[in-house]
Amino acid sequence: MYAIRTENLTKDFSIGFWRPRPYRALSDVTLTVEQGETFGFLGPNGAGKTTTLKLLMQLIYPTSGYAEILGRPVGDIEVKRRIGYLPESPYFYDYLTAEELLTYFASLHGYNRAEQRRRVSTLLDEVGIAAERRLQLRKFSKGMLQRVGIAQALLNDPEVVFLDEPMSGLDPLGRREVRNLILKLRDRGCTVFFSSHVLADAEALCSRVGILAGGRLVASGRVADLQAFQVRGWELVVGSLSTDTLAQHRHRIQRATTIARDQYALELQLSPDPIALLRDLVAGGAQVISLNPMRETLEDYFVRQVATHPATSRMDEPAKEAS
Amino acid sequence: MRVVAVIAINVFRESVRDKVLYNLVLFAVLLMGVSYLLGQLTAGNEIKIIKDLGLAAMSLFGLFIAVFIGIGLVSKEVDRRSIYALLAKPISRQQFITGKYTGLVLTLLVNVTVMTLAFYAVLGAMAWKEGAWFQPHWETPALDPALLKAIAMIFLQLMIVTAVALLFSTFSSPMLAAALTVGLYVVGHFNADLKHFENVVDSKPAVYLARALYYVLPNMAPFDIKAQVVHGAAVPNGVLMLNTAYAALYILALVSAATFIFIRRDFK
Repeated sequence: MYAIRTENLTKDFSIGFWRPRPYRALSDVTLTVEQGETFGFLGPNGAGKTTTLKLLMQLIYPTSGYAEILGRPVGDIEVKRRIGYLPESPYFYDYLTAEELLTYFASLHGYNRAEQRRRVSTLLDEVGIAAERRLQLRKFSKGMLQRVGIAQALLNDPEVVFLDEPMSGLDPLGRREVRNLILKLRDRGCTVFFSSHVLADAEALCSRVGILAGGRLVASGRVADLQAFQVRGWELVVGSLSTDTLAQHRHRIQRATTIARDQYALELQLSPDPIALLRDLVAGGAQVISLNPMRETLEDYFVRQVATHPATSRMDEPAKEAS
Repeated sequence: MRVVAVIAINVFRESVRDKVLYNLVLFAVLLMGVSYLLGQLTAGNEIKIIKDLGLAAMSLFGLFIAVFIGIGLVSKEVDRRSIYALLAKPISRQQFITGKYTGLVLTLLVNVTVMTLAFYAVLGAMAWKEGAWFQPHWETPALDPALLKAIAMIFLQLMIVTAVALLFSTFSSPMLAAALTVGLYVVGHFNADLKHFENVVDSKPAVYLARALYYVLPNMAPFDIKAQVVHGAAVPNGVLMLNTAYAALYILALVSAATFIFIRRDFK
């Protein structure tokens, strides 16, 4: 059984008041997330990440397609007992304190008073707002509200957690804490599905990612597979390289960086084959220290995918699975 | 049921912390106090003035509370997106609507109780000040328990207004919802005229439309028994029971309609 499964999930919105016309926010998104996986849902602003999450939370209804969580249709009350959700830029009730809000949500989960107190107290500590527990939420900063949002998503020890831009509004320290929290959830066996446009987060946390562009899932797979997919050039490290020899072959080198005296890191294009240059440099007295392929970063891959799938023209292309 | 109660208690807690509510209740109590002063200016009829003004204040400020808090019940949750996290909890949209409505009725009940206590306190003060000599000349005793009947009918009206506000807030903006709710409240007091529209116009379609509107729009006039109570006229229990049954059915229809709309709504 998959933790999350969607099949041809599509959502159209009407835009315009007098002459409403359909706008396809999400188109035929089919994906699966295994239990225990940390899945990063990546895409530029407006790609459809939040729309997908709202469909999974049944805050909006699909135009067509199907989605299920833990083998049951989304919106099922039994499913809701086993999941947690952090909305994007969460906002709560002005006149409640953090403690009251979490107690309120814990009581909706049906816990008794002692259990409510225990869970609320533990989570307030875990997200670092225990000191502000009796402060009304209208006095909270964006970052503090984000922490409250994370706490409420974890109240029921969920089996699947959905986090919409969990790092948004947090300072570097807060980001690191949330990263550690996600890692802790992963270690606990919890499935984490999070949307982000910060690729470093996805690279550090996710076992698999999906890339959404223009409402379509344009790629999905394991981070390692996506990155290993493309070699974009070579990095040659050489020693005892004279400036004359370097100048002589400069036109064949993309970028040269001095590492130490007479020692350089040379970036070479993927073609022509670097062996010929290697031979020439050795003939000129240089010593080869290393030659490594330069692989794409997730960012390179992401930019390439997004750039080759402009929102208007990619509606008919199928998503491709790289893993 | 437990979930509905949890949501209702949260609505109540949020409402009582809202300064707007305090201001409205304070104004109502002040108006009752002023009615005492006005009563001093009239000869012989002071107790009637106090009762008239007190009940009118309760009705008017109750209406403000029902409208201003009622329209925010759903629209505020949607506008501020607090509904996103809430609906991801193990609750249904139907429970959400029922809980919200119950919470506001609870808030109204507490407010009407506070206003009633203030009202009786002013009447008690008047009775104590005037002494035994004046009291036999009053149409009804100062602390007339029949006033509670009028207050109960005001409360039922407010429950209907709240349900109307809830219905409008499920699909329109707060301003529009407020305007529509107040509009329906006013129209509701003249609803009886629609029943006999054939006495005014000859056009058959217009008469049918008026008749249809008579049955669809809330009929608020029968709930207004203030004048009868103040003048000491008997209000049969049958009327009170009929009004209660009508209010219950009308509220059920409104809350059901609100739920029907809300269940189908996308939260963009």
